[in-house]
Amino acid sequence: MRLEEQVVKKVGNEPSPEEIRDQKLYRDLGLSDEEFEQVTGHLGRLPNWTEIGIYSVMWSEHCSYKNSKPLLKKFPTDGPHVLQGPGEGAGVIDIDDGQAVVFKIESHNHPSAIEPFQGAATGVGGIIRDVFSMGARPVALLNSLRFGNLRTPRVQYLFEQVVAGIAHYGNCIGIPTVGGEVVFDEHYDGNPLVNAMCVGVLNHESLQKGVAIGPGNPVIYVGSSTGRDGIHGATFASEELNESSEEKRPAVQVGDPFMEKLLLEACLEMVEKKMLIGIQDMGAAGLTSSSTEMAAKGKHGLELDLDLVPQREEGMTPYEIMLSESQERMLLVVEKGREQEVISICDKWGLQSSVIGQVNEGDRYRLYHKGRLVADIPVQTLVDNVPVYTREEKVPAYYEQNQKATPEKALKEIDSNQAIVDLVSSVNMGSKKWVYRQYDHMVRASTAVCPGSDAAVIVLRGTDKALAMSTDGNGRYVYLDPEQGGKIAVAEAARNIVCSGAEPLGITDCLNFGSPEKPEVYWQLSKAIDGMAEACRVLQAPVVSGNVSLYNETKGNPIYPTPVVGMVGLIQKRDHITTQAFKKAGDVILLLGETFAELGGSELQYLVTGSISGRPPVCDLEKEQRTQKTVLQAIRSGWITSAHDVSEGGLALALAEACISGNKGAKVSLETQLAPAVHLFSESQSRILLTTTAENAAEVTELAEKQGVPCSRIGEVTEDRQLIVNVNHQCVIQQEIALLGKRWEDAIPCAMSPSLTSMS
Amino acid sequence: MRFAVPVFPGSNCDMDCVHAIEDVLGEPVSPVWHQESDLSRYDAVILPGGFSYGDYLRSGALAQFSPVMQGVREAAVSGKLVIGICNGFQILLECGLLPGAMLKNRDLKFRCEIQTLCVENAKTPFTRTYEDGERIRIPIAHQEGNYYCDQETLSGLKANGQIVFRYVDENPNGSVDRIAGICNREGNVLGMMPHPERAIHEWMGTEDGRRLFESMLQYGRRNGGAA
Repeated sequence: MRLEEQVVKKVGNEPSPEEIRDQKLYRDLGLSDEEFEQVTGHLGRLPNWTEIGIYSVMWSEHCSYKNSKPLLKKFPTDGPHVLQGPGEGAGVIDIDDGQAVVFKIESHNHPSAIEPFQGAATGVGGIIRDVFSMGARPVALLNSLRFGNLRTPRVQYLFEQVVAGIAHYGNCIGIPTVGGEVVFDEHYDGNPLVNAMCVGVLNHESLQKGVAIGPGNPVIYVGSSTGRDGIHGATFASEELNESSEEKRPAVQVGDPFMEKLLLEACLEMVEKKMLIGIQDMGAAGLTSSSTEMAAKGKHGLELDLDLVPQREEGMTPYEIMLSESQERMLLVVEKGREQEVISICDKWGLQSSVIGQVNEGDRYRLYHKGRLVADIPVQTLVDNVPVYTREEKVPAYYEQNQKATPEKALKEIDSNQAIVDLVSSVNMGSKKWVYRQYDHMVRASTAVCPGSDAAVIVLRGTDKALAMSTDGNGRYVYLDPEQGGKIAVAEAARNIVCSGAEPLGITDCLNFGSPEKPEVYWQLSKAIDGMAEACRVLQAPVVSGNVSLYNETKGNPIYPTPVVGMVGLIQKRDHITTQAFKKAGDVILLLGETFAELGGSELQYLVTGSISGRPPVCDLEKEQRTQKTVLQAIRSGWITSAHDVSEGGLALALAEACISGNKGAKVSLETQLAPAVHLFSESQSRILLTTTAENAAEVTELAEKQGVPCSRIGEVTEDRQLIVNVNHQCVIQQEIALLGKRWEDAIPCAMSPSLTSMS
Repeated sequence: MRFAVPVFPGSNCDMDCVHAIEDVLGEPVSPVWHQESDLSRYDAVILPGGFSYGDYLRSGALAQFSPVMQGVREAAVSGKLVIGICNGFQILLECGLLPGAMLKNRDLKFRCEIQTLCVENAKTPFTRTYEDGERIRIPIAHQEGNYYCDQETLSGLKANGQIVFRYVDENPNGSVDRIAGICNREGNVLGMMPHPERAIHEWMGTEDGRRLFESMLQYGRRNGGAA
């Protein structure tokens, strides 16, 4: 104990505590005047440069959720199978047989806007560490991406590099990237969204926590050396992007997936040998967040000797060491006396390791550098006693105006036969093969359903079980009506999971919004969370982990509010695995659910008018739940040959996708009061397209009737590879699947490189 | 028949290969850490895919100096079966057990999908349960699978029946003469970019890789383990 010591006032050329106060230098670090006052109060003196740096990252939105905490409380986070809810590296849900699934999604939007390859790559690296720091073996990766208009060279560059960065990291470390989504819209022009999700599996006894307990226990640093890269990344991620953002390129870290592979194997070996008391990733805010959060969670103090931190560069200051976001680093606490065991495992894997400090009694967080005390902070003030803001909410003017819009009126005369071709050829509805072909989606040899169906499926070796997973979000719906949009994000994710034969287990969410300081944006955030929370409750899918990314704005313009839902479901038996592709000519096509005139925010509206207006589809969660229950029961009864969620692009697009992916045709007849185009492209919710053999069709319709779910027999699968749709006895669509398939496959390659059209 | 699967830092298909041997053949198989140099107690070696040493310098370039490669060379020389899959193929090229070199894919992008291959030589120890000219579907997953060799080497490969697999329909990476896999003159060392261990169960989308492992076992049994 070195209690009597005084904290040094400054190191080298750093500003003095008085200069920080007088010149309001804390503002450059993202702290307000009030927050600076609070820091001074907590310390009982003025903070030095290292200390104010530590407060600024720990109190940034990225680390503290200070703007979103009161709203996040609305989410249901508990359930009978939840082993670990939000608050640790990732959420954990029991899947029987002593196993559990671990998952989390996280954003890397700001770094990717500035340095797309490394920004995206390190986003993947970070989320993988969150999962294996729980003691889980990562088994799958997913992502959710938003870019601006793909016709602009800058967006093409961002898209190409983000995909390459994700591929680089995931492929090298050997975790399959099995699913995701990509959407293009002008509203993401300057601020792309890069959300990465990782799913892992563990045995219950391997579950780890990020805690520092047991006075005298050593704190061990493992992995890459600390350099000057990524300093203040967390603060940067909590600001709007502007002209000077380019200067923050050094705040973007550089990833080394090879190093992370070694770190992963070494850590899992330590988990297996039950050597760890606590383990946490040095992610956003690096050594600062990992060590302070472990101490706060363990209700202990902690001291670190920064001279023992492996460093990549000479002359690094305490401020730089603490705020570096160098990648591929992990912080461990082990029982005193077991240091050597940890070091031996690290040596085997060729990893650096170093005992850099110890757990203490009390609550002081102390840092030493060159023998001097350079920070001394009550640790809860960094983690638990963070300022929390409930911002002003205001209904935006556009929302009121949209009340009067009638999108259906403008679209009812559209020629459906042309519209389906235009839709499949659009970059949003077209095949994403150009993207996922660059991801190794088969490594680990467990992928049963590859990218391109409603949800990806991986089997669990040694059991008959499988996991289904998907990411979903629709910024347009949320923009037009955040509450409905929030409900739809969860409902659609669940629908995708159910269509693959799984029961939803829970979700992880990534809330991508603009500045919460704008009352209209805060209203979007608040309403979207209301909708999501309600859907999670009704569909029994608790939120077990997540991430908030605010300040997604460029030049003052916020992105579409884009909550992304990552969902995982459990498939009881491999026989239940179902895909969207039509399987066999003669199979009966059934449509569950009802179709209304709902084209607000639809793909058709965007395609035809170039913008969106009106209200999005309404999601009735009771109906949704009944529909999903029916489909899951029908699948488990062995009656279903294909299942496909009807979503963006409506029934027409769902039919086209099922035909193309199964290389089959379909003949469909519909009767409706709506105009043909409105009926075919409406995006009404709670609808699922099913096929079943002719023998089982009656069983399925009977089941649907019993559950109170509208079910119509709309046609059959054909061998002739044509999509023929009659509405009220008039043929409105007749297209060769070969042509639709070609347009669908070429959509993104053509947009990326027009000269490629003739090559494939 | 006892199989060894060398594990380099950065290998990531090692366990997939171990599982393939277990699932398809039910024979004993062990991952072997790269520091081990003696493989004499094994009858066959599978060099797995992945990114050994992070693919730094060049794919496979650093792995050739690992102690385990001494054991691999000895196995190859003594006529035991050695197969290199993906990164394993790259390592076999770098250490000279197979001729030629690997370039980046023609379009410079990583590519992962099931490809159709033609079995060009069904008489090797790895392909004896296939038919000559048979079309099989096996996944690829690589960014550096564009096999290259000079004209003279190519003529030699052709003349000796060393081209074991070719891509059909489409050449995914631009390799010389659509080559997907080659063996040495003796036929006991095979390198291939496609991943047979990812094609062994119906739910994987293809089971065409099973017979490659079955061929190895059949050959091994007839030859008392070693060739």
